Amino acid sequence: MSHYLFIVIGAVLVNNVVLVKMLGLCPFMGVSRKLETALGMGAATTFVLTVATGASYIIDHYLLMPFGLEYLRTLSFIVTIAAIVQLTEMVIQKTSPVLHQVLGIYLPLITTNCAVLGVPLLNIANRHDFIDSLLFGAGSAVGFSLVLILFAGIRERTDGADVPTHFRGTAIAMVTAGLMSLAFMGFAGLDKYQ
Amino acid sequence: MLQLFKFRGGVKPQTNKTPSLGEPIAVAPLPTRLIVPLHQSIGGTPDPLIAPGDRVLKGQRIGGADGWISSAVHAPTSGTVLAVEEHVAAHPSGLPTLSVIIEPDGRDEWIARTPVDYRSLAPESVREMLRDAGVVGLGGAVFPSHAKLTASKTVPMEELVINGAECEPFITCDDLLMRERADEVVRGIGIFRDLLRPQRVLIGIEDNKPEAVAAMKTAVQALGENFEVIAVPTRYPAGGAKQLIRVLTGKEVPAAKRSTDLGVQCFNVATAYTAWRAIAHGEPVISRIVTLTGNVERPRNWEVLIGTPLAEFVALGQPKPDTNGYLMGGPMMGFEMPSDAPLVKATNCIIAGSPTLFPPKAPEMPCIRCGECAKACPHELQPFELYWFARAKNFGKTQEYHIFDCIECGCCSYVCPSRIPLVQYFRFAKSEIWAREREKKAADTAKTRFEFRNFREEREKAEKAERLAKAAAAKAAEKKAEAKPAAEAAAGALADAPAAQAAAPTDAEAAKKAAIAAAMERARQQREAAQPKNTEALTPVQQRDIAEVDARRRQAGIETPGEPSGTADANAPAAPAAGSEEARP
Amino acid sequence: MLTAILIMALGAVVLGAALGYASIKFKVEGDPLVDKIDAILPQTQCGQCGYPGCKPYAEAISKGEADINLCPPGGMEGVQRLADLLGREVKPLEAEEKPKQVAIIDEQTCIGCTLCIQACPVDAIVGAAKQMHTIVESLCTGCELCVPPCPVECIRMEPVAETIDNWKWKYPVIELKKVA
Repeated sequence: MSHYLFIVIGAVLVNNVVLVKMLGLCPFMGVSRKLETALGMGAATTFVLTVATGASYIIDHYLLMPFGLEYLRTLSFIVTIAAIVQLTEMVIQKTSPVLHQVLGIYLPLITTNCAVLGVPLLNIANRHDFIDSLLFGAGSAVGFSLVLILFAGIRERTDGADVPTHFRGTAIAMVTAGLMSLAFMGFAGLDKYQ
Repeated sequence: MLQLFKFRGGVKPQTNKTPSLGEPIAVAPLPTRLIVPLHQSIGGTPDPLIAPGDRVLKGQRIGGADGWISSAVHAPTSGTVLAVEEHVAAHPSGLPTLSVIIEPDGRDEWIARTPVDYRSLAPESVREMLRDAGVVGLGGAVFPSHAKLTASKTVPMEELVINGAECEPFITCDDLLMRERADEVVRGIGIFRDLLRPQRVLIGIEDNKPEAVAAMKTAVQALGENFEVIAVPTRYPAGGAKQLIRVLTGKEVPAAKRSTDLGVQCFNVATAYTAWRAIAHGEPVISRIVTLTGNVERPRNWEVLIGTPLAEFVALGQPKPDTNGYLMGGPMMGFEMPSDAPLVKATNCIIAGSPTLFPPKAPEMPCIRCGECAKACPHELQPFELYWFARAKNFGKTQEYHIFDCIECGCCSYVCPSRIPLVQYFRFAKSEIWAREREKKAADTAKTRFEFRNFREEREKAEKAERLAKAAAAKAAEKKAEAKPAAEAAAGALADAPAAQAAAPTDAEAAKKAAIAAAMERARQQREAAQPKNTEALTPVQQRDIAEVDARRRQAGIETPGEPSGTADANAPAAPAAGSEEARP
Repeated sequence: MLTAILIMALGAVVLGAALGYASIKFKVEGDPLVDKIDAILPQTQCGQCGYPGCKPYAEAISKGEADINLCPPGGMEGVQRLADLLGREVKPLEAEEKPKQVAIIDEQTCIGCTLCIQACPVDAIVGAAKQMHTIVESLCTGCELCVPPCPVECIRMEPVAETIDNWKWKYPVIELKKVA
């Protein structure tokens, strides 16, 4: 049981996909201007990432490995993720137009979110089994949402702060992101007792 | 003894009230000219009822209330109207507003005053009388009082709160009014009580005015009323309506609700006084008591005519040489008054300022988030958060933090160790939000008008096409009628029609349209033939009337009935009709 | 090699079929984005963007045909809000930003030709043929569309004057004082 706990805590805090692994920086900088959009993006990414890890595990183990086609992983994963995102978008648009409006154009952007491709690849590199993969995917997604929301909250406030003119906008956001990354370094070793 | 409650926050600034309490209220001499702004209350701007050159009498109505939330304006003395023009207003902007300028004739001649017994009148007519007498909230908000005197139909009226707290430093006009004219104040409260029928009447006076409390108690007893006169602890802003209600009744008025929703209504003592004068003496609001204090030799209270120019008024107090400006209202909420503005109904106090009395503010320092402002805020807002977002012009966030519950009392600015003018930021944010709402509204109107115009153009186009088609059909019918006598000609015409269609293949579509229109026309004619016209269903009397009208018209040569009149563009009767169409919303 | 192609083709067919089915099953009519863009535009209907009115411009933006910086009455603030809504980059305004204006007809010169009435997109001009025209100021959006058609050039644009009703508290500024 503690094995699973370590996977989740490791994915959320210690090896945070954004601040430690430096994956998915595009939405991290792009969708963090407002708390609302950050929340929506976090929710959508969590869903897609969890589904994508499961789907890619199945494809890898039951389609690519038996035929020795491991070299097609990246290609097939990208295609799968793109299809899942498209499908999710259509379903959301039909079932919940409100959520669709909140997410707006960020939903299709998940397709190009490297975290969504990176996590399944990391799963394979770490030789996770199916449950491990799902937990790792969900944990990474939660970690992504967490830092995205934290960062959006900080950015909303820095908008009103007395930032020197040349540091306004993206520059101060970069500095903030760097400091957050440093702070997350403090979690290193949390999963290393035993 | 009634149990008192406390409101959160508040400050205790130095009161500075004693200098102006030394002498009784004096009647200010007649000024050389009076500038009476027409817009002196919340709500609609009254329309001027007089023209330049008119002679007016004291108390004559010069501006009629425009709508229910509006209040009339009266001539403060008899004299001649010099002009109705834009004049600098007693407003922080220093912008002009439409004002009536009167030159007094010195006779101070009243109009006929008719005292009435309000008990014999219907409540509606009492409210109307108050509106036409220009009775507004004299505490500073100048909300038309009659509009507050209708009891809510859903919530039973529990308490009527009379505000004599007068919490702002320097101001003493209500204090002296209660000391000297308590009797009439109490009678005025009686009018409000009879209109609203509350269960209790509570008169709240800050405990730094023992003489006023005593005078009011005596007056209440003498008149045999059951009003409770209560001394409330001195703490700014105890005189804020919501704070006083909280202290006296323990009821907290929630955000975006009014005290009436909780069965409480609040009036200022001076308002009660003017209401009594208006009803029992027939005297409209043409003067008020104003405290003149600060950097003057003779601080005291004056009963002064509305419209007295500031310069003439302050001369009465002999300002000291180093006076550098005049504040209207108190030092917490007041504003610098433009030097040539007149005194208005909202003017409760004029403070002459000097560099020693109000030293120039030290420069603003960064907010250190100490939270003092949040502790001082009587509305339990978080001024430092509001400041943060107002400064960044993030107006959506300021609304999330309830900027519109801010009463601009100035407690936060008063306690701020960084000397940040917080209230100024909040006022800026509020007026910016209002401006945006106005723009949004204007944009919405423009949009609906634009859409309606497009719709109308489409409709007109369709109507025109139909008319043209009709005309074409009529022509065709005429042709047919001509062709009828000759049988073979008819056959020829029938052969002609397809031939014409074949001859002009480019016009095929138009011809088709015309054919459809002709068919519609035939159907219409059939319908008309089957149904009687509405004029045929009239009674003989009505038909005779119509005939008479037609005859008159023929005599006047306006138009002949039956003949179309819309051919000439500039036809006189048609022109206003066209104009009204353009003005249609 | 052949298996690889087959498997990838199989994957493509399956996913393509799923997406195709979903696009039919979950088809949504209308574009809510247009209304959102339209709500940001100032509704002057002036056509300065090159489109006949605010709605067509909103449609063009939503389709990606038009840039977001073509609306001078909306000003930089409008561009900013469009950029926020659409996640696009803020760009400087194409034309010069003007203060809000209203049209005023010189009633002495007006000959009553009705040309301006026909041009006004919001029916803010009152008048009839050979009668004097005038502008209902509160309804005028300041679009300037009535100015060119006037044959006697009696329409001029004036910036909206500040009155007590539309006066705004200024942003508090710290006065800089000269030291010595």
